[in-house]
Amino acid sequence: MKLFQFFIGSIRIIFKGGKGYYSWLALLIIMLIWGVGGYINQLQEGLGVTNMSDSVSWAFYIGNFTFLVGVAAAAIMLVIPAYIYNWKPIKEIVIFGELLAITAVIMSIGFIVVDIGVPVKFWHMLPLIGTMNFPDSILAWDFFALGVYFLINLFVATYLLYCLFIKKEYNKSIVLPLILLSIPAAIAIHTITAFLFNAIPARPFWNSALLAPRFLASAFCSGPAILIILFQILQKTTKFEIKKEAIWTIAELMVYAMFIYLFFTIAEFFKEFYSDTEHLVYWKYLLFGIGENKELVPYSWLSIIMGTVAFVLFLIPRTRKNFITLNIGAVLIYFSVYIEKGLALIIPGFTPDVLGQIYVYTPSMDEIRTTVLIFSAGFLLFTFMLKIAISIIFNNYSIDELKQKK
Amino acid sequence: MQKEENNTRRDFLKKLSLGVGGSVVALSACNSPQFDDFLQKNFKTLSKEDIDEIVLNLEKKYTEKYGKQFSVSGKPAIDDTLFGYALDLSRCVGCRKCVYACVDENNQSRDPQIHWIKVLQMEKEKGIDFAHADVHYNPELVPEEGRFYVPVACQQCANPPCVKVCPAQATWQESDGIVVVDYNWCIGCRYCMAACPYGARNFNWSEPNEPDEEINPITHYLGNRPRPKGVVEKCTFCIQRVREGKYPSCVEICPTGSRKFGNLLDPESEIRYILENKRVLVLKAELNTQPNFFYFFGV
Repeated sequence: MKLFQFFIGSIRIIFKGGKGYYSWLALLIIMLIWGVGGYINQLQEGLGVTNMSDSVSWAFYIGNFTFLVGVAAAAIMLVIPAYIYNWKPIKEIVIFGELLAITAVIMSIGFIVVDIGVPVKFWHMLPLIGTMNFPDSILAWDFFALGVYFLINLFVATYLLYCLFIKKEYNKSIVLPLILLSIPAAIAIHTITAFLFNAIPARPFWNSALLAPRFLASAFCSGPAILIILFQILQKTTKFEIKKEAIWTIAELMVYAMFIYLFFTIAEFFKEFYSDTEHLVYWKYLLFGIGENKELVPYSWLSIIMGTVAFVLFLIPRTRKNFITLNIGAVLIYFSVYIEKGLALIIPGFTPDVLGQIYVYTPSMDEIRTTVLIFSAGFLLFTFMLKIAISIIFNNYSIDELKQKK
Repeated sequence: MQKEENNTRRDFLKKLSLGVGGSVVALSACNSPQFDDFLQKNFKTLSKEDIDEIVLNLEKKYTEKYGKQFSVSGKPAIDDTLFGYALDLSRCVGCRKCVYACVDENNQSRDPQIHWIKVLQMEKEKGIDFAHADVHYNPELVPEEGRFYVPVACQQCANPPCVKVCPAQATWQESDGIVVVDYNWCIGCRYCMAACPYGARNFNWSEPNEPDEEINPITHYLGNRPRPKGVVEKCTFCIQRVREGKYPSCVEICPTGSRKFGNLLDPESEIRYILENKRVLVLKAELNTQPNFFYFFGV
């Protein structure tokens, strides 16, 4: 019964807000509607409205999927210090990391759904009702890992907010083991997502043992970058409170991640370029182009430059502790990783294709619209969840308020 | 408080059971062919009776749709058979007759264009080198000076990476070595296409298009029957022909006799003769896919 009231309370609170809140919602809804049009086109005409082909058979959607799995995994970045070391300033914000993880998992699954040819037959890959190819298919593993990770985060975040809402102490012996479990689960989702690509010997570009470590390192850059920016926005616009030290700690952890990411990437470059085997062709396409085909070159260099500048800004203590340069760095690293995962990871894996042919791929308008659809829907969901969480945690929104109104 | 909670819970359960019951009734009332199609199980798991029924329904459906008497076979693999293929690189002239014979026989979409066989033009002095291969060569006369031709289709690998990665077991290898796709079960994730080192799988990016009068009505469920949009398809050695004792259509059409086909388990077969007496190679042997498709130099 109280759970029901929690849901009613949650639904009520998401409709309460000022002009700023409502214009933000309106913006998201306009984007969402624009995006839906693209997806409807795709549903009617088939995936032919994308620029994918038999040669570049996965592209922007799968890139976005990969990126978002990384964002979801990065929630543990906050969980580790908060719960293992019981480091106080960070603890109350863990819940926001979890909400981000929930949103990111939903969005990533959204990108899989829009990418598959027959989405209504998705259940064929489920156990019991379908014929899941477990343990052979890494996609089956990924589905499991994402599902478990999603449920853990959903449960913990909902349970903590629910307890606050009904003014009850939460049960630590339920929450703590689940949070501890979410740490390996977070590592698992991104590792398995890397293994999806990694263990395909037909695509030498991905067939490197460094792929999974690079995935994790890059995720620990982009995920916390979102949170750093988000916390500052919330602090300015709501009663959300966070200590400077907490943000600096996140930033410091990000520097380690960036360094490792950079190091792994350099190690990969060295191995490929010095060996100079036929496998170099994919890196060449990415970084310099092959003949006339230079479509990815500006993006890959933009990503490299943004990542390097962000690393320098985060590395120097003075720029890390200055909020202007810190924010510039966070935005740069976010877009650097987004381009790297969205375009620079998937497309060179298919260009040139397994028979040596080059088919140029850039996302079509319908692909971009469908992507906007998922992002705006995700932002909308995240906004609602934040609204509920902030009201309960910082505005003392509770079950009493529901009762008073009756 | 306890009592009240119990009441509401019972109430809730009652409503829930009503709701579930209602939707079951609604579902069973919805007995359209589309719905049967939606609920159809993985072909691999079906009994012979189920297959017979499904195949019969498909024949009816296609006959109606294309205005031609259709046959859809569900014939399983023949015992003691393992199909193998050998292609003579020294004879192939790159005329692409096999490509179009395959399109006609196997009902591949004309627009968007799907080719199960891709013929690669390579430079003689480079040997088999995919990095310098050209699939779009278009001279007036083939073969061109200094070039040779490598037709590539599904290699029917004994260790098929495409089958391993499929999350739904919608593609598998039959006991006669043919790797097949259940077009009704495929969800269109295209993981198999990423995994195939030979570019042997094609996806129906849009509704496949083929003039009705050109449709080949002699089909197999796992082979050349019409495909829906959003699923993957591939060469099946012409499963509808080879399980009836015929050659694949590419073997029949080849004007230079470069294409050889037979039962690898039959010591008297031509394919076994080639394996014994010619030196053969497989493409991308380093990937350990173990193709049952061999290339050789006959002259």
